[in-house]
Amino acid sequence: MSDASPTPAELEAFRSEVRAWLAENAPEGIRGLPSSIEGQGNWGGRRATYDPPEMKDWLDRMAEKGWTAPIWPTGYGGGGLSKAMALVLAQEIAREKLPPALLGFGLEMIGPTILQFGTEEQKRDHLPKITRGEIRWCQGYSEPDSGSDLASLQTRAVRDGDDFIVNGTKVWTSYGDQADWIFCLVRTDPAAKKQEGITFLLIDMETPGISVRPIQLISGKSPFCETIFDDVRVPVKNAVSEIDAGWTVAKALLGFERAMIADAFGASRGGGKKKKEGQGSQLVQLARQYGFGNGGALTDGVLRDEIAALEMDERAFHLTVQRSRDAAKAGHRPGPESSLFKVYATELNKDRHELSVRIAGAQGLGWDGPGYDDDEIALTRAWLRSRGNSIEGGTSEIQLNIIAKRVLGLPD
Amino acid sequence: MQLVLTEDQELLAKTAADWVSEHSPVSRVRALRDAKDPDGFSRDLWKQMAELGWVGIPFPETLGGAEMGLSELAVVLEELGRGLAPEPFLSTVLLGGQALLLAGSEAQRKDWLEGVVAGEKLLALAQQERGSRFDLHRVATRAAAAGGSYRLSGEKIAVLDGAAADAIIVVARTDGAEDASEGITLFLVPAGTPGLRVERQTRVDSRGAALVQLEGCEIGADGVLGGVGEGLSVLETVCERATVGLCAEMLGSMSEAFERTLEYLKQRTQFGVPIGSFQALKHRAADVFIQIELCRSSVMAAARALDEADPEASKLVSLAKARCSDGAIQVANEAVQMHGGIGMTDEHEIGFFLKRARVAELTLGDASWHRDRWARLAGY
Repeated sequence: MSDASPTPAELEAFRSEVRAWLAENAPEGIRGLPSSIEGQGNWGGRRATYDPPEMKDWLDRMAEKGWTAPIWPTGYGGGGLSKAMALVLAQEIAREKLPPALLGFGLEMIGPTILQFGTEEQKRDHLPKITRGEIRWCQGYSEPDSGSDLASLQTRAVRDGDDFIVNGTKVWTSYGDQADWIFCLVRTDPAAKKQEGITFLLIDMETPGISVRPIQLISGKSPFCETIFDDVRVPVKNAVSEIDAGWTVAKALLGFERAMIADAFGASRGGGKKKKEGQGSQLVQLARQYGFGNGGALTDGVLRDEIAALEMDERAFHLTVQRSRDAAKAGHRPGPESSLFKVYATELNKDRHELSVRIAGAQGLGWDGPGYDDDEIALTRAWLRSRGNSIEGGTSEIQLNIIAKRVLGLPD
Repeated sequence: MQLVLTEDQELLAKTAADWVSEHSPVSRVRALRDAKDPDGFSRDLWKQMAELGWVGIPFPETLGGAEMGLSELAVVLEELGRGLAPEPFLSTVLLGGQALLLAGSEAQRKDWLEGVVAGEKLLALAQQERGSRFDLHRVATRAAAAGGSYRLSGEKIAVLDGAAADAIIVVARTDGAEDASEGITLFLVPAGTPGLRVERQTRVDSRGAALVQLEGCEIGADGVLGGVGEGLSVLETVCERATVGLCAEMLGSMSEAFERTLEYLKQRTQFGVPIGSFQALKHRAADVFIQIELCRSSVMAAARALDEADPEASKLVSLAKARCSDGAIQVANEAVQMHGGIGMTDEHEIGFFLKRARVAELTLGDASWHRDRWARLAGY
């Protein structure tokens, strides 16, 4: 990332450059394709399929410009842009209704972590492959007995010459069945204090001894897997940072993960592209569709109040995100407000889904079969899936602990 | 809209914060209460605030004002809110002053607002009635045309600083049914006008509020503010500005109450440890922190939206007041609860924050009134 902030004139010049390049290079067939952090969109990797095939052209052209990882250094496949320029790029891509060329944990989580902590060799080995969408990553953090108390993890890595021998089980490895590499927390010193004996390891999923089993959620199918390591041999040079010093790396990556989740639930949208409110809003339309009146005030005053309250909470949240961004643009250090993004965004998303199901009433209960259309089934499943939002990436309770300790300075 | 303070605004905030810590500790509110002060505030300090230029912030330079926006006024009011300063910004600068500024004739503005900006004249707005709740269009007070003048009859409640005011702007009906939008007129009624009876009320926050009786109070045509029957739209604009000012004050008060509570959580020991180490309290404190941050964003957005005539300004005003109403009560309730027994004593200051929070919550529309308004503005 370049340090100097660009002038408004430079930003506008860059905007023109981006527009011209997009006009030349964005394939027509991909315009309007959906994209999100769960499932849809292009995640790359050895097993990636490109539908429509132009998606691959879009990826290759963007990667060649370094624009799949716009703020990473150019030497590792990035674009070397400032954050302000990267924002312009994202705005122009959104304006043209183009999907992101590439998504995933490589760009959002392990890439920034390797940039911060990795050796030169690790940066050269891994970062360019991430930016080109050649390697897809998954996360090996949680274990069956280690959820919120992550540092209690038990997966063992025992030194054997230039290798570690890894044994143990990781859960919630999202897309573990489609990933090429996994970044893993392993215990290298069982005698040390629990945070001090952990090492951060990069492991090729094709190594013998690794098996992956999908996990079914209460909402039906899911991207989550269980990943089992049975005498898996991993070169010692695949450790990121020092051996036994992986906890610091792990926490930094959790910060990147929280930011990614908050973004996925609207923290990147700011005041500009918020959800539609009022007459055109999804909740009001749902209420009209399910019998609460075709015009004017909704016929159920309590429901109307709940919809207004949720819309207002969402607006207040987006204004807070905007405030944080405006402060950053004005050169202020990040304020305490950013610590609330993950917990509040995910709690709001749960509230929205719950309210949607209640508005749909009996039509919000379908699992399958006759009497329910696709939208109704999706509504129900999305509600069930949303219950996990305040668990994954650090539970809301853990987020509140972090705020109490780091922002409010309350004692342990 | 930029949700960040400019350098000038930061400077203003610093000046106001320093002034509050030097001149306006919360103990002043207790002293005014215990002395049964007829005004409920200090005229000397009000004069100082005028000299500092704060009273004149939202008035034009031609009247001696600073011609700045609500965003600037909000910065000052937030700091004053930290000290629970009871001086008459809401009544004189925002309600009465803005009504005169928006609807007054050249002569009326000159007669009254120069004195207001100088800190010499005080105003009030008599709008609310026993039957009106927070609705601005529900006006039962009548103004009957009699020759060239009007005779006002009716009752107004909770008239902020009504007993101290040199003139009260009275909202009365010249025409139409009690809940009609048309037919509402504003009258400028100087203190001491025959037929105007003003009684100081005592409320939980000990600030000045008055019960106003109008019994055939005769006002000449030169006492009409703006067009006859056209008062409602003026009133709506005035109340939006006043609401944002009130929200800024509430933001300051809740921030202060929370910071005092955090200190207490760190210092109070039970079972051999600071009570702030208990997770049940940590999570509630973190939740309060989140609510205050959301309030801050909403208040900043509403002030800027009004200053910039943003088409969404009305909705953002309701967002700010709904949030601050709920937020202020949550913070104040938690503040008393977390202080435990000492928080219930009159000797401790945290109770003053609870009392002011409740009054502010129920002034210019509570949370549910503003959610209803939001839904209405949004078309559902």
